Amino acid sequence: MSVSMSISEKLLARAAGVDAVRPGEFVTCKLDLVLANDITAPIAIDQFYEMGGREVFDRDKITLVADHSTPNKDIKSAQLVKKMRDFAAVQGLPNYFEGGGCGIEHILIPDEGLALPGDVIIGADSHTCTYGAVGAFSTGVGSTDAGAAMATGETWFRVPAGLKFVIEGSLGKWVGGKDIILYTIGQIGVDGALYKSMEFAGSAVRNLPMADRFTICNMAIEAGGKNGVIAPDATTEEYVKPRATRAYEMLASDEGADYEQVFAWKAEDIEPQISFPHLPENARGLSEVGEVNIDQAVVGACTNGRLEDLRIAAGVLSGRTVARGVRCIIIPGSHDIHLQATREGLVETFLSAGCMVSTPTCGPCLGGHMGVLADGERAIATTNRNFVGRMGHPGSEVYLANPAIAAASAVAGKICGPDDL
Amino acid sequence: MTRGKAHKYGDHVDTDAIIPARYLMTTDPDELAEHCMEDIDIDFVKKVQPGDIIVAGKNFGCGSSREHAPIAIKAAGVSCVIAANFARIFYRNAFNIGLPIIEQPQAAAEIKVGDELEVDIDNGIIRDLTGGGEWTFSALKGPVADLIEAGGLVNLTRSKLGADG
Ligand code: SF4
Repeated sequence: MSVSMSISEKLLARAAGVDAVRPGEFVTCKLDLVLANDITAPIAIDQFYEMGGREVFDRDKITLVADHSTPNKDIKSAQLVKKMRDFAAVQGLPNYFEGGGCGIEHILIPDEGLALPGDVIIGADSHTCTYGAVGAFSTGVGSTDAGAAMATGETWFRVPAGLKFVIEGSLGKWVGGKDIILYTIGQIGVDGALYKSMEFAGSAVRNLPMADRFTICNMAIEAGGKNGVIAPDATTEEYVKPRATRAYEMLASDEGADYEQVFAWKAEDIEPQISFPHLPENARGLSEVGEVNIDQAVVGACTNGRLEDLRIAAGVLSGRTVARGVRCIIIPGSHDIHLQATREGLVETFLSAGCMVSTPTCGPCLGGHMGVLADGERAIATTNRNFVGRMGHPGSEVYLANPAIAAASAVAGKICGPDDL
Repeated sequence: MTRGKAHKYGDHVDTDAIIPARYLMTTDPDELAEHCMEDIDIDFVKKVQPGDIIVAGKNFGCGSSREHAPIAIKAAGVSCVIAANFARIFYRNAFNIGLPIIEQPQAAAEIKVGDELEVDIDNGIIRDLTGGGEWTFSALKGPVADLIEAGGLVNLTRSKLGADG
């Protein structure tokens, strides 16, 4: 009889070329994709050559994205991007993204069909766990691991124990994937899934569009998780089919798969969540927020810079005006999203409401550029981290939320929901 | 055997605290070291002496994948990090670049700021020369042991690539 496995275990077993794996076991897996960005690639490239690497293991399986400081914010960042660009040229990498083809890696890569169901992926960026939303095993590593993987096409993993989150029921108005994941992190803490796999299931997850599923898996790392994953279904297939240029395989967890723990949330219990400074686990329901004035609102980042997110924000901002004294910054997650948002009139809605619309970049999410906070300033943001100094001065504060709440807060000048306007 | 003073921090020290993103526009270890721990301990760089040891609570190194974090710590002269446990990407990164890290929750809890510590990595012993405590930790197994043996992932991969080609 074959062993019952979770989807994460199946993905690792396949890539390791074995029939079954068990939590705690070490495996060496063949990789379908290795990625890095303008911050992490430069070190990975140095290490690649230092290791004696000459050619990458497979040109089609390396993706390099200039997103953190793009368009280059200063000479130093330009040098980093140049290094990555030169490496891509020398190695003949077709999937190098910069300039007008650019986007935030975790939005761009699945949209380009580069992360597919059945894949095992590593990336020199912690939010590489995002691609679990298409049914891949995907996790973040550092630059040296990425450099070695670019040379060898493989890496080692310790098979993680599984945590399963079953969310049943119907989500309320203004509640989405962001709230499910902030709520989950609020319940289990920022190390609640340390070294573990997080699988999301249940009717509330099944009914979510891909955008929300990406948001959920994106923040698995914020609970310490190794990967986040959602078993692919018809919604996934509808998303990947037109994008894929190679074969893919949709796997699901077996009935008898073993999890270290299973958590059950009721969708009706989840209101829009706000994570207070300085940890994502400080999540509170909107009704418990109280009076929190803001100086800046940001809609964007790999969590919530998708077209669906911009539509929600535009729906709230339409016919309204951003409060005096508040900077409202909208950052489409990729060039294509920016174009589509322009075609749909969303950009005009934002500009009319007094928002600023940036070209795609990570920018303020990591306190890089395009909206850095001063001492004592406070932002509400659809980003994924609110650590000390994350968006600028160590004395500034970041509150995490979904796009509807961020947009409504921009109008009110304080944290609130669209129904409070 | 390494010896140094303990610099102590709490739980969930994130990589933005270890090296803020505003300093990531360089890959130079010495430049990174100048800003190590800046946002949670502005004086760290002034206080730290070669060989000193960072002691912290749980989930040390959580957050971003930036390898700049263990690089900054190592370049600042820190000889090893003792914590209750580590975030997983930081854990891999530290071994990959040859920064010794030790999971010892009891030692992490009991060591006090400024204590003089002696760490015998080969034999798995931490001694608190000031407080008198002594704790053991076991040798690592699996791929991490291979990494330590080889002296980091660069060496390990170099020998792999050499053997292959
Ligand atoms: S948007 Fe923020 S979290 Fe996402 S990849 Fe960029 S810096 Fe990292």
